[in-house]
Amino acid sequence: MSNDHGHHKETFISKYIFSMDHKMISKQFLITGIIMGVIGVAMSILFRLQLAWPDSSFPILEWLFGEKWAPEGRLDSGFYMGLVTIHGTIMVFYVLTAGLSGTFSNLLIPLQVGARDMASPFMNMLSYWFFFLSSVVLMSSMFVETGPASGGWTVYPPLSALEKAMPGSGLGMTLWLTAIILFIVSALLGGINYIATVLNMRTKGMSMNRLPLTIWAFLLTAILGLLSFPVLLGGGLLLMFDRLAGTSFYLSDIFLGGGVGALEQTGGSPILFQHLFWFLGHPEVYIIIMPALGITSEVIAVNARKPIFGYTAMIISLMGISVLSFLVWGHHMFITGMNPLLGTVFLIMTLIIAVPSAVKTFNYLATLWRGSIRFTNGMMFAIGLVSLFITGGLTGLFLGNAALDITLHDTYFVVAHFHLVMGSSAIMGMMAGIYHWYPRMFGRMMNKTLGYIHFWLTFVSAYLVFFPMHFQGLAGVPRRYYSFNILPEFAPWLDVNVFITLAAILGGVAQIIFLYNFFSSIFVGEKSVQNPWEANTLEWTAPVEHIHGNWEGEIPTVYRWPYDYSRPDADSDFIPQNVPDTGSSEEVYVSPTKPDTSDAKEVEEKDNVMLFALIKNWFGLGRA
Amino acid sequence: MEAAVHMETHRDKKGKMHPKQFALMLMIIGMVMLFAGLTSAFIVRKAEGNWFNFELPAQFVASTVAVVVSSATMILAFYHAKRDNIKITQISLAVTFLAGLSFVLFQYEGFMDLAGRGIYFSPDNGSEGGMVSGSFIIALVALHLLHLVGGLVFVAIVFIKSLLLKVHKKNTLSISMCNTYWHFVGILWMYLYLFLYFAPQL
Ligand code: HEM
Ligand SMILES: [Cu+2]
Repeated sequence: MSNDHGHHKETFISKYIFSMDHKMISKQFLITGIIMGVIGVAMSILFRLQLAWPDSSFPILEWLFGEKWAPEGRLDSGFYMGLVTIHGTIMVFYVLTAGLSGTFSNLLIPLQVGARDMASPFMNMLSYWFFFLSSVVLMSSMFVETGPASGGWTVYPPLSALEKAMPGSGLGMTLWLTAIILFIVSALLGGINYIATVLNMRTKGMSMNRLPLTIWAFLLTAILGLLSFPVLLGGGLLLMFDRLAGTSFYLSDIFLGGGVGALEQTGGSPILFQHLFWFLGHPEVYIIIMPALGITSEVIAVNARKPIFGYTAMIISLMGISVLSFLVWGHHMFITGMNPLLGTVFLIMTLIIAVPSAVKTFNYLATLWRGSIRFTNGMMFAIGLVSLFITGGLTGLFLGNAALDITLHDTYFVVAHFHLVMGSSAIMGMMAGIYHWYPRMFGRMMNKTLGYIHFWLTFVSAYLVFFPMHFQGLAGVPRRYYSFNILPEFAPWLDVNVFITLAAILGGVAQIIFLYNFFSSIFVGEKSVQNPWEANTLEWTAPVEHIHGNWEGEIPTVYRWPYDYSRPDADSDFIPQNVPDTGSSEEVYVSPTKPDTSDAKEVEEKDNVMLFALIKNWFGLGRA
Repeated sequence: MEAAVHMETHRDKKGKMHPKQFALMLMIIGMVMLFAGLTSAFIVRKAEGNWFNFELPAQFVASTVAVVVSSATMILAFYHAKRDNIKITQISLAVTFLAGLSFVLFQYEGFMDLAGRGIYFSPDNGSEGGMVSGSFIIALVALHLLHLVGGLVFVAIVFIKSLLLKVHKKNTLSISMCNTYWHFVGILWMYLYLFLYFAPQL
């Protein structure tokens, strides 16, 4: 690998546009993700206007969307569904998958494992450009005559398979599918690179059990993506065939109103699509949350000035989540009339996945416990993640019970669940990452006061928006309804909807503060020092100015795990990974799972690390 | 001998695979998931009933033979590339390519045979719902064919490289990757064929 690209003369295009440097690609992912995020958030506020004030006219809507989609300032009902669909798609795939993994896997994998770049910088560049193209295709669907896809982000057939079903099933849906296929290509190119880099390109001394938890999370995320995205690709191809080639994989016995009558398509199964979709869909939610959890592990340990509690338990629970996430997809389909026995299996698997999730949250709390906490902006957001993850995770247990899900499915209870556990909490993790690694990305610091204001407004508004939705859902308010005007039983909830919309606007305004802080700090932020948070991981040993190849001269060698904070036997409260143990040779193996045993014993235990040590520590054996 | 073993898997001194070879393996895992997903979909749909079973075209047996032959010559090509027997490598690669090409032709004949029996990718208007089995089978076979054609391009590239004497003992990466991928599409076909052959009994 080495420096063989290092001597090329860089032009504007090779440096900023078709860059192959992982640090630049990471910024490209971040900025594109932020732009998509702004669009997604704005959409949500616009359709919340409709929910809160269904009969009022908002000239801004007509100004934005024209007479066709917002006649007299009121959203058209079909276009409302289009906005909901594109909002969901943008947030899940474009912001929280590409924006999150793309940014931080790219930035941190080479820097934290000690590599000069990704295994294949070229594939890495392709990955970004497929993502970019995919974003463009998706957004272009907002401008076609029949409007964007509008069957929800899960694009269930028949609405998604039949061009004639509704306006949003037309060209908009074809563009949606095209965009997702491009997206899958991007995710696979990126993921393959992440896996190859972590497994093959670690610097000397960086054994798997000295990896920062961020890297473990990114690695397992990439593996999940590699195993699940191809299945969605398969499902999407069949859907494309149904739309364009006249097959009927998902269509059967359909009768359309408006004089069309019974359709010829027959023999397909719409439930089949749900299986294929959720086989990706469920791992996908963990593809979203795991990088956020990894970032949180790192940020919390650094700012609590303590070793992360239960390093091995963290890794094992990530692995457990990864395996289980392939065995629970059926919990999205409890009411499709599946075999009760199968439903029970999915139920049990779903409840079991709460165990590793709980292990992680307890470990975060235990890491915070009696730490000397520095409440940096990043730390606030990391703690915010823990809070929202717990709140949202608990309602997962309700939904995971098939019997309860019969009433809760497709109500606002589900909306509350996943916006807290995935939406808000992963955004918190992403923000934690941005505030924490901003100095590494741009060489400057973000404004701390603005960061606090941003945090508190975001955190409070997340709860104000999503917590009341639980009660709406318990009362049976269905999700994805345009208006409840003609359903008097839901009238009492109108005031709550007004409240939620106001809170959502507050949350939206908070993001403007962030945008200002983010973009202005690039130019006027205080210059960052080499290691502003006094962290141990390797990225802080690289020069502040970005250079191709990351380190001048040799790549640092790693001598210890990344969580040597506040060691009682050391002078400084942190010991970076590249600091050798005094008086010991390079070969000394320091087990990260037992940082404070004597050198002699550590060498002895070299062989039985990993699995055995992991298991021992899991059960708390072998601890003083 | 030892050198040969060392090169066979294309690892460096520390036993690490070449990054490109490794990336190829990961890509293959992704493709395996694609077909695993689609054959599972096949099973799920079939279990719902209203499913038309029919015999696979006889031409698919011929294509199976073609793929086995091409795999064998691929092994030969790789084996001799590592021993610098360039001539044999070139000839074996050419045979691999031709056998692969005949696979494509047999598949085409197979599709024609199906069509002759009224089994199309998109069934005729007003046909029975069970005919969706035809769409499934054709989709699976055609998707595999697409992967194989990609492999054929790869074989062609390596063949041209070998004519230019760029494939030899010290430069086996491309032929080694080609070898891996070609066996993958071959094994994938065997899996699909057996799967579809025994599917009526599932
Ligand atoms: C304690 C663990 C969890 C359990 C037991 C659980 C359970 C469930 C169940 C049963 C549903 C289906 C509800 C329905 O549609 O009727 C659901 C929906 C959902 N969950 Fe979870 N969940 C858990 C954690 C998570 C996490 C960590 C995430 C994301 C990071 C997540 C994201 C989602 C999403 C996005 C949906 C809804 C998708 C949609 O229908 O649009 N869940 N969850
Ligand atoms: Cu799920």
